[in-house]
Amino acid sequence: MRALRYWSTYIAVLPFLVPTASYAWNMPIGVTDVSGDIYRLHMTIFWICVAIGLLVFGAMFYSLFRYRHAKGAKAAHFHENTLVEVLWTAIPVLILVAMAVPATATLKQMYDPSDADLDVMITGQQWRWRYEYMGENVAFTSSLSTPRVQISGEEKRGETYLLDVDNPLVLPVNRKVRFLMTSDDVIHSWWVPELAVKQDAVPGFINENWVRINEPGIYRGQCAELCGMDHGFMPVVVHAIEEKAFDEWIAERKAAAEKEISGIDRDWKLAELMERGQATYEAICVSCHQPGGKGSPPAFPALAGNEQLIADQAWHLDRVINGVSGAAMPAFRDTLNPVEIAAVVTYTRNAWGNDTGDVVQPSVVAEQVDQ
Amino acid sequence: MAKLPPKSMPLHSTPAAADGQLNTHTALPKGVMRWVLTTNHKEIGTLYLLFSLSMFFVGGVFALVVRAELFQPGLQLIDPEFFNQMTTMHGLIMVFAAVMPAFTGLANWMIPLQIGAPDMALPRLNNFSFWLLPVAFTLLLSTLLMPGGGPNFGWTFYAPLSTTYAPASTTFFILAIHIAGISSILGAINIIATILNMRAPGMRLMDMPLFVWTWLITAFLLIAVMPVLAGVITMMLMDINFGTNFFNAAGGGDPVLFQHLFWFFGHPEVYIMILPAFGIVSAIIPTFARKPLFGYTSMVYATAAIALLSFLVWAHHMFLVGLPLVAELFFMYSTMLIAVPTGVKVFNWVTTLFRGSISFEPPMLFALAFVVLFTIGGFSGIMLAIAPADFQYHDTYFVVAHFHYVLVPGAIFAIMAGAYYWLPKWTGHYPNERLAQWHFWLSVIGVNLTFFPMHFAGLAGMPRRIPDYALQFADFNMVSSIGAFFFGTSQLLFVIVVVICVRGGKKAPAKAWEGAEDLEWSVPSPAPLHTFERPPKFERSTS
Repeated sequence: MRALRYWSTYIAVLPFLVPTASYAWNMPIGVTDVSGDIYRLHMTIFWICVAIGLLVFGAMFYSLFRYRHAKGAKAAHFHENTLVEVLWTAIPVLILVAMAVPATATLKQMYDPSDADLDVMITGQQWRWRYEYMGENVAFTSSLSTPRVQISGEEKRGETYLLDVDNPLVLPVNRKVRFLMTSDDVIHSWWVPELAVKQDAVPGFINENWVRINEPGIYRGQCAELCGMDHGFMPVVVHAIEEKAFDEWIAERKAAAEKEISGIDRDWKLAELMERGQATYEAICVSCHQPGGKGSPPAFPALAGNEQLIADQAWHLDRVINGVSGAAMPAFRDTLNPVEIAAVVTYTRNAWGNDTGDVVQPSVVAEQVDQ
Repeated sequence: MAKLPPKSMPLHSTPAAADGQLNTHTALPKGVMRWVLTTNHKEIGTLYLLFSLSMFFVGGVFALVVRAELFQPGLQLIDPEFFNQMTTMHGLIMVFAAVMPAFTGLANWMIPLQIGAPDMALPRLNNFSFWLLPVAFTLLLSTLLMPGGGPNFGWTFYAPLSTTYAPASTTFFILAIHIAGISSILGAINIIATILNMRAPGMRLMDMPLFVWTWLITAFLLIAVMPVLAGVITMMLMDINFGTNFFNAAGGGDPVLFQHLFWFFGHPEVYIMILPAFGIVSAIIPTFARKPLFGYTSMVYATAAIALLSFLVWAHHMFLVGLPLVAELFFMYSTMLIAVPTGVKVFNWVTTLFRGSISFEPPMLFALAFVVLFTIGGFSGIMLAIAPADFQYHDTYFVVAHFHYVLVPGAIFAIMAGAYYWLPKWTGHYPNERLAQWHFWLSVIGVNLTFFPMHFAGLAGMPRRIPDYALQFADFNMVSSIGAFFFGTSQLLFVIVVVICVRGGKKAPAKAWEGAEDLEWSVPSPAPLHTFERPPKFERSTS
């Protein structure tokens, strides 16, 4: 019924809708040299096609108008003319060669193999991205942060609806950044239109692409390869910042990561693990196991009231650390740190009426991960 | 001596019905069994066409579910899981159950009539080929009701989404595609055997109507690539059920291998869906321009060239999968080359119109719309062939706009054109002109309203196959959804026209269209159950 109401409102206001000027109609020029080259190539080919179209359709509509049977047109009977046929084969070949020359040059530039100033490993996972700054000991996952209530329409949708993440990828401007892309499960495709980088993340493969951003800013994109249920809900957000700010940022992240690892051995309280665990659950687990741990059986089992989970803490921990082979549940041993795993397991064992009272300590998890 | 497309000599052709030699010695089964057991090419052709038409509406309803969800941002009607099942099923049904069987149906009806043969070469095989289809697609559609739902991995079913991560019903999906594939292969064998062996005495290959030529080449494409599809789905079957790791990276397999195999089938497959359309349009345009096709010979060679090139371009669907530079360049150049023979075809049609005497009956309207809108799809095809630009276009709505332009106002308009062109031969009545005109204009408006905005949505950055989208795509999607409901509803008019035409209407003579020249116009309208029981004498026209 709600759907019906939406529809009737929209149909009623339809005649008054006009596209607003802020709406993009065309490929963005983007903020890298390559994206500018691709844009110009795109427009060149487009205008060549328009010109050919005007000629062909012009000739066609002229004939349709001029030689109407109803106006008494008498049909000629000519057919086959070698000169004409050679010309309309040869001229398109020349036009295609003219298109291929700039296309080849741009492609060669995109495949430039020279060394990069920074390597970032991008790993696709159903349905989030994991970024690892190679050699910097900084890694994090990046998931959709648009509230679910906006998707269901209970709350007004924000300007960056579906294009917001919890942890954006932070990159320096003016430095060559190499992306190494792979996937933990199915094929994903990492795409930011303004950077003209779109590359498949294929399990078992490491693909390369690179970018040198010319302007600081926030650039948004999405997964482009169908990767399952929440394919439409795994955006990419890149914060491009000045080089100096980037160096400070990465140093900060590095220090924070070291601090977190040093906290593994201390004794954690239920309340702090619950708080951490809820955040992790909402960033990582919720897309499959759903808000409230309801799950979406049969592919994604419910966690709330799951008897096996409640009964067997070791089994539960093992599933989170090592995943379930042959099913959608990935192994989180490399994706989440021991604190996050301990927190999320503690959280799921105590939330939504599971109430086991169990507290899983990060030190226990660290031991099991190291095995 | 320049060659004209073949001209039939009605005086010399001897349809059996005209001689009073109707095949009366075999008693036809009555009721349903008559259709189940029929080996008559006309009846089997009708079965194919009716099956295709009903599947066109099933696939269309799936598309409308998708468009309804995409009418505005947010999730309103269906959840993402079911959305994926709908996009997948829409694609599979339209490709394998609507477009392909429609062309096979037209081939069944028209190839024997156009070459002066009494029936298909292998009539019982023909019956079997058809009846495999309802089995295959009942099975495929039934997966929607299975626990875990139907196929949800797109009609391209990329591994490992379609293997390790697939719903339990995938094994049934594989079986359904196997059965449909066997049907296609058997149909193709039958068509080749018919064309090569059963032409009227005196009809050389280069005398055949272009619809026959394009189908001959299409049939060879089918025989070449359907086994590759069968191979790839068998590998999926093994991965899912028997513990192999063809496509499972964790077991040493290769997900990219899947795409190479799939597109080695998939690219010729898209030409399988368009070459017979070229044949239909090449029959209709000369008829209503009352002027011979400008370049019959070059049309034949262009068709063959497109078919050969179709084996060398598959990886243009895979520009982003991580190919090395040389491979990108090779597939970019080979793909661009396809524009040359395709251009030759378009130029031929336009030159045929030039200085003709043109009238605008419904088949001609659809054929003309085909030329314009298919060419627009061709232009976006050239843009997509440019590998560096494809890094932006790939997997966006720009691609969706492109292939719908070549398939809907391309393949499907050509099928509609063919139906309007041959309905007088099938039923003995002309289709209702006024309703057909309405159907045409509503279809043209609907198709452009639906698919043209998708170009903009894609360029602006909207990925394919998403159930919900960012707010900047809202207007384009709303227009597309309105267009889709408009187009879908107006197709009901086609059903009405066909029903009226079967029941009555203006009587059509043997030669229903003034400018029509091929052999089918030498038999009475409606064509009697058995035609050309004695081969007609084919005489080449000279000029």
